[in-house]
Amino acid sequence: MSDHTNQPYFREEFEGDEIGEAVIGDIERRLSVWERVSNIDAVRKLSVLVTLIVAWELYTRISDINELMFPTFSATGAALFSAVFYEGLLTNVWNSLSLLVMGYGIGIGIAAVLVVFGVWTRFGSDVLTTLTAMLNPLPAIALLPMAMLWFGLGPAAIVFTLLHSIIWPVALNTHAGFMGVSETQRMVGRNYGLKGLPYIYKILIPAAFPSILTGLRIGWAFAWRTLIAAELVFGGQVADTSGQLGAEGANAGGLGWMIFENLMENQTPYVFAGLFAVILVGIILENGFFRAIEDRTIRRWGMQVA
Amino acid sequence: MSTSAELAAEAAGITPAVSTVEPVLDVDGVTLQYKTKEHLITATYRVSFQTFPADRFVILGPSGCGKSTLLKGIAGYLHPVEGQMRLKGNVIRDPGPDRCMVFQEFDQLLPWKTVMGNITFALLNGGKCKTRNEAKELASEYIHKVKLDRFEDTYPHMLSGGMKQRVAIARAMAMEPDILLMDEPFAALDALTRRQMQEELLQLWDDTRFTVIFVTHSIEEAVIVGSRILIMSPHPGQVKAEVNAHQLSHADVGSDDFSTLQTRIHEMIFADRVLEEETQPQHV
Amino acid sequence: MGHASRVTDQVTEITIRPEFEVSALETATDVDVERRLSLFERISNINAIRKLSILLGLVVLWEAYTRIVDVEPLLFPTFSDSAFVLWETLLSGLMLEKIWVTLYVLTLGYVAGVFLAAALLVFAVMSRIGSDFLSTMTAMFQPLPAISLLPLAMLWFGLGVPSLVFVTIHSVLWAVALSTHTGFMSVSETLRMVGRNYGLRGVPYVFMILVPAAFSSILTGLKVGWAFAWRTLIGAELVFGAASGEGGLGWMIFEKGDNLETPYVFAALFTVIIIGLLVENIIFRNVEISTIQKWGMQR
Repeated sequence: MSDHTNQPYFREEFEGDEIGEAVIGDIERRLSVWERVSNIDAVRKLSVLVTLIVAWELYTRISDINELMFPTFSATGAALFSAVFYEGLLTNVWNSLSLLVMGYGIGIGIAAVLVVFGVWTRFGSDVLTTLTAMLNPLPAIALLPMAMLWFGLGPAAIVFTLLHSIIWPVALNTHAGFMGVSETQRMVGRNYGLKGLPYIYKILIPAAFPSILTGLRIGWAFAWRTLIAAELVFGGQVADTSGQLGAEGANAGGLGWMIFENLMENQTPYVFAGLFAVILVGIILENGFFRAIEDRTIRRWGMQVA
Repeated sequence: MSTSAELAAEAAGITPAVSTVEPVLDVDGVTLQYKTKEHLITATYRVSFQTFPADRFVILGPSGCGKSTLLKGIAGYLHPVEGQMRLKGNVIRDPGPDRCMVFQEFDQLLPWKTVMGNITFALLNGGKCKTRNEAKELASEYIHKVKLDRFEDTYPHMLSGGMKQRVAIARAMAMEPDILLMDEPFAALDALTRRQMQEELLQLWDDTRFTVIFVTHSIEEAVIVGSRILIMSPHPGQVKAEVNAHQLSHADVGSDDFSTLQTRIHEMIFADRVLEEETQPQHV
Repeated sequence: MGHASRVTDQVTEITIRPEFEVSALETATDVDVERRLSLFERISNINAIRKLSILLGLVVLWEAYTRIVDVEPLLFPTFSDSAFVLWETLLSGLMLEKIWVTLYVLTLGYVAGVFLAAALLVFAVMSRIGSDFLSTMTAMFQPLPAISLLPLAMLWFGLGVPSLVFVTIHSVLWAVALSTHTGFMSVSETLRMVGRNYGLRGVPYVFMILVPAAFSSILTGLKVGWAFAWRTLIGAELVFGAASGEGGLGWMIFEKGDNLETPYVFAALFTVIIIGLLVENIIFRNVEISTIQKWGMQR
């Protein structure tokens, strides 16, 4: 700030000559191959993965770690290969998933009924929110002992426990989604004569879809964790959770059971292989399935992911 | 009746045969109330008026005069505590597609359906069309009327505010309802878009001569858009006056007639309010 | 209705009618412009009261059903039996001991998990490699239920608290890291520029700009992490109980179930629920109120 004058400093106007493009050079330059490749997310992340694997292999080979405690990557890979083709790993996956899908389907059905009840009257809404508030904080696995008392040591007990882990998050999120549908959209629905069930699935469900999808995802995550935990608990009790015979005629349970069994037999590479399988199933379902649904609905409609 | 209105009527070849035309909407002594968390509020008190076919009927008033509540009552979302509302002689009970509403908010369009989808949704669910093809044909016609042909398969979130309101209007018009209800539809738009939309609305009216009830808080908009203006006073909402404005539009903004009417209306609304503020404590 | 053609006999000209003006509006005497709702109406508008009454109703139903119908008490105890046992075990200190054991491990695992997540996050913010590393790790480990690591943990750390803490950390770490990372990524460019304008870089930049701006996501991540940690720990205690015979609430549920002491199982279940409610509705809710609600940042 000038301290002896309050007026801006006066200077003459001027107009410049045009400068040719040749002098300035490229205004826009294409990035080099390296720059463009390293901008692709998938490429960078794959390199991170590869680096980690290499580091794993090197470390386990070079250092003094007991192979039984922490096997090399190659040993794990070999075990995974063997488990898939010779030990019926896919059967384990199938056993786990079929139980999960059955529980998931029933759970969603029950949740749907509860939510419809909750949308009808304020009393219904209160009953629903009270029930979910009480029962959602209860880890489903805690119900397994009671379930085993009620239904015996079989798949029924597990499905019952799974139901609990699914119903409350789905109902909670769907109900919250319904309650959050804008008044304007509701009025539009009623304006065109929609009432009752058609109103619910033509207006409420699409409008609340982000919340519904979130609820479904959380329900899946909890169910998956509950199932693995249940199989581990059972592993200490009973050999077979599916009640079915395996490929070779021997009893074959789910993934959780498979991990536990291999641990008991000190087959650590197979334990790791089982864990990989769990990760892969999770990734395929979470990033594949749910993400695909999200892309075709919420993202396409420009709605916010809840 | 003012002289200029009479002259204009003669010039346009319109004979004021009020007695032989049946009103589309008859609102008789209607009192509307609604509940908040702590209070029961009377929004309108014994409001009466009639709307005739091809009317551009504007309900104008300051906030608290119950005009939006009145529109919701006509639409059937609220039931009157006193009085009755009749559409073509039948008592209004529940919301229905014979009174299609255009709201102020942009989220009145279903975000999970395209422009075409939004309109066919109304046509099919409202019972106007029986088959999908019928609905698509009719929808295309109205999409063309609002000049959005290129955007038939676009999702609402990609449209501008003005375009969204045009879709909403097309959707309501395509149903060819007995009466079109508009609740401050242009309030959320910028001034330039708003003016453009007012012009387009008048062109659409000229084309199809629908009956519309249009709620606004802007005197200028009321005079431009309306053919008949119902002026309401607040707390609770009551009918203050009804004036004619069919002879005035965008072209007349700034003219003497326009200014005179604007001033008249302004005085009707605000003279009372000043008196009210002086004699009663301010209502929060 | 039901036809697509236009009504051909509609009136198309405006009906002109005389204007009128009401000079003096009648004051609405027989109708309140605004009336306070009755006491009953206002009370039943309070959510907490309605829900509490429903809860009481459910409890009464439970008690009535188990007493009237001849349900085998070993399979399904009455509410009063369960409540009585809860009261008794609280007084005798047994329940408190179980609660302490569980909460001790939980807090240890939770805090350690959050710290590790914070470290990963700072690294992720500083460089693109760090960000990739975090994304890759969370993508791989988030879908892995922490409980499935329990066998490995028992192999590495034996049958004790360290194993439990290990799996708890895993359940918290990835949820918090993922949520926070997403939150950081979506902090508006404008806010970031403001931070750098005032000279903030590195760790201070993370904690003074990114963390508050992304707090909504961070809080969600902390809540999800808590939910996973709680479930993992109770489940782990159940499995542990099946393998060793020591522990907190989860083990109590298993052991008492095994001995058919079902009122004790229910008492433990009540405790689990109450703890869950306290954490969610008191701890998290208060944090929410004093941060994102106060700042008007709730999504």
